[in-house]
Amino acid sequence: MNHEVAIRAEGLTRKFGAFTAVDHISFSVEKGEIFGFLGANGAGKTTAIKMLCGLLQPSGGKASVGGFDIFRQTGQLRRNIGYMSQRFSLYEDLSPYENLRFYGGIYGLPRREIKPKAEAVLKKLGLWEEKDQLVSALPLGWKQKLAFSVASFHEPAIVFLDEPTSGVDPVTRRQFWHMIYEAAHQGTTIFITTHYMEEAEYCKRVSIMVSGRIQALDTPGKLKEQYQVSSMDEVFLKLTR
Amino acid sequence: MKKFLAFVNKEIHHIFRDKRTLLLLFCMPIVLVILFGFAITTEIQDAKIVILDKSNDPATREIKNKILSSGYFKLKRVLTSERALEQAFQEGDTKLAIVFEENFYQHLEKHNMATVQVIADATEPNTASTLTNYISAILRDYQQTRQVTGVMPLQIQTETRMLYNPRLEGAYYFVPGVITVILLLVSAMMTSVTIAREKEFGNMEILLVSPLHPIAIILGKAIPYVSIALINALTVLYIGYAIFDMPLTGNLGLLLLECLLFISTSLSLGILISTVTDTQQTALLASMLGLMMPSVLLSGFIFPIESMPTVLQWISNIIPSKWFIIISKDIMLKGAGMATIWQETLILAGTTVLLILASVAKFKIRLE
Amino acid sequence: MIQVAHIVKSYESTKALQDISFDVVQGQLFGLIGPDGAGKTTLFRILTTLLLPDEGQARVGEWDIRKDYKKIRKQVGYMPGRFSLYQDLTVEENLSFFATIFGTTIRESYHLIKDIYVQIEPFKDRRAGALSGGMKQKLALCCALVHSPQVLFLDEPTTGVDPVSRKEFWDMLKNLKRAGITILVSTPFMDEASRCEQIALLQKGKVLAIDTPKGIRKSFSKPLWSVNSNTDMYQLLQDLNRYDRTASAFTFGESVHYTDRQEEGISEALRQYLAQQGHREVRIQPLEASIEDRFMELMSREDEP
Repeated sequence: MNHEVAIRAEGLTRKFGAFTAVDHISFSVEKGEIFGFLGANGAGKTTAIKMLCGLLQPSGGKASVGGFDIFRQTGQLRRNIGYMSQRFSLYEDLSPYENLRFYGGIYGLPRREIKPKAEAVLKKLGLWEEKDQLVSALPLGWKQKLAFSVASFHEPAIVFLDEPTSGVDPVTRRQFWHMIYEAAHQGTTIFITTHYMEEAEYCKRVSIMVSGRIQALDTPGKLKEQYQVSSMDEVFLKLTR
Repeated sequence: MKKFLAFVNKEIHHIFRDKRTLLLLFCMPIVLVILFGFAITTEIQDAKIVILDKSNDPATREIKNKILSSGYFKLKRVLTSERALEQAFQEGDTKLAIVFEENFYQHLEKHNMATVQVIADATEPNTASTLTNYISAILRDYQQTRQVTGVMPLQIQTETRMLYNPRLEGAYYFVPGVITVILLLVSAMMTSVTIAREKEFGNMEILLVSPLHPIAIILGKAIPYVSIALINALTVLYIGYAIFDMPLTGNLGLLLLECLLFISTSLSLGILISTVTDTQQTALLASMLGLMMPSVLLSGFIFPIESMPTVLQWISNIIPSKWFIIISKDIMLKGAGMATIWQETLILAGTTVLLILASVAKFKIRLE
Repeated sequence: MIQVAHIVKSYESTKALQDISFDVVQGQLFGLIGPDGAGKTTLFRILTTLLLPDEGQARVGEWDIRKDYKKIRKQVGYMPGRFSLYQDLTVEENLSFFATIFGTTIRESYHLIKDIYVQIEPFKDRRAGALSGGMKQKLALCCALVHSPQVLFLDEPTTGVDPVSRKEFWDMLKNLKRAGITILVSTPFMDEASRCEQIALLQKGKVLAIDTPKGIRKSFSKPLWSVNSNTDMYQLLQDLNRYDRTASAFTFGESVHYTDRQEEGISEALRQYLAQQGHREVRIQPLEASIEDRFMELMSREDEP
């Protein structure tokens, strides 16, 4: 195992007027790690992710993602990350193939590469038969898998997943996690938020945010030990109450 | 009744808390009327022209006199050759050149035919067409004073239809049209959009499940906008009166009653739209394309109905705005009473009843 | 209190509900458990008379959903899934608006909403749009309760809400149940199912099972084992999926839930296999199945032709 750092944040802060949404958070994520970024509604998770993706300027502190400064090197930064949100960024009125081709195109992959690569992804997802159907006709679970493939189509070093699994059935959710594991295994760093505490256990390490600050950061096992409870759910409850 | 009032109260809260829409609702009428009144219908005065008169005979002198005394034109200089024409236009401030052919008067006497060339600087197409229109009007006038029988085919390039003020009427002629557009905008568009908003946010489901009658939901939506629409109509009338000296020869009470009738028509249109749309966006698009465009283009507001192709003339009959524009013009400018406008009023009233029946039939007590 | 018999409902191309039947007893907390697209929302809309079923019968209280829709609408409290209140009205204005249109006042039903309302009362002058997810949910529940309904329909009230607020929300439901209100609630979170007295597992418009949470857990057909080792989860899962005796292997938190194709000698054989694959500190323990285990078992059975 190498210990390259994929994400490093030092005193990262964001204020909206008098309100401090993210308050001096510091952490680092290793390459190939699955990092769970948890917190209650309104704890500042989304703001933090937006800053790490270079979509929002921090009010203070610094951070680098994939070796690029999130403040100054946003261009290079964005080419090296993938992002998937709750309302996945798929075009419903395009086919899965067209979606992949489009994202490949905007990330500047050569046309010659896009086609075989898109075909390989579709075959792997088991979407080959449906490659020319509109995305809107696909079941939710497949859309999620496709959205993840789209987000990682340009082989980014880091993929940000913002509550990617809400509302899908338990089997599909596990298939989705299987994809995440696989990507992490191949060296992609995964940064994920979720409301399913049980999913937090799938992460290598988790951080729990409470009103803008990171209150706990460790492996699920150690956190449970530290708070003397048997599940992440209880860790979460103890911390946020 | 208490439930109904609670609903109206809630609507008023919505309107007053959305500062941007509020601003739009109250400023739009003012901006629109001033825009139409000033920016677009301003008459042109003292446009600089050059004249090349190759004849310099009694006829051309008379025409020149008429042109220069009209108040629209100011002679920049008299040219002596055609080569000077280009030079004059390149100086930039020359709007128009008039060239009389040689032996103008003789041609007129002998063949009843003479040629005047009018060259306009078309970089400002609107000004150009207005000016050429003025010139051709003056020439026509001259022709009539000569009482020449038959036609005098003056070779002049004239634009017969003008984009913004085809009738060359005064600013206040726009007021009825502006009132129409605003009433339609506020009543139809705003109601359809706010009903769609209830659906979009999932509130409609609760309202349907509540003991509140669907008709109460719709009326509750409509009433605040009726009041705003009436206030807007009064604002526009006042601006027309105060700034553009618009006469109000008819009865104000009658005019307001007719406004109320047209508001009802617009509201029922808005409600009909809202029964078939589920999102604010589609409601907005449907009312813009389905209501605003025809009202602006086909109602006689901007383009005279008489000069439209027959098919469009026919279509214009089903546009309520057309009838309301006729009614309001008749009352405001001609001082007409019910005796003159009862037909148009009846058409509007009939349309409204039909639309209300249609939307009541379409309005669902369920979600599909 | 709620009777659903053979309800069928189709949209253009999809069958949203296929022959759904269940009964909810007065005062019961009944859960509809299933992922998105299972038909939960359609079912709620049918029971709140907002949609008509294609086939089948349903009654809420003594009233038929087709004929007596007006009476049902007066008697039920409904919180739709997308319900987001009026964002530009304050907490208090929202509540009193819903009270008034249902012909009552906040004071009249205060006893019912008191426990919930005291939590949001400090923010009563704040616009609903500025509330956090959990607060919004509480306010929405108050609005649904303000006319003291006999039956409460809650469509995914805890979706998008953090675990703490979710837990509080379920505690509130328990209190309401004590007040004698019949509650039908839907959720995609399997772990919330055990908070209900009776649950129906829904998937793709079909009922997979109806039972008490305990009954559902007990009906798991095979011995279930929890497996973990010191290697990472991905490796463990891959090795288990390659193992020829594996019937099912799903990750659950930090371990894998495993069932075997054979009846005997399961843990010994598995331990041996994993050791061969290089796993150390292997722990294999018998385990009582959870609702989620059972749901996945039923799902895979559905998928088989």
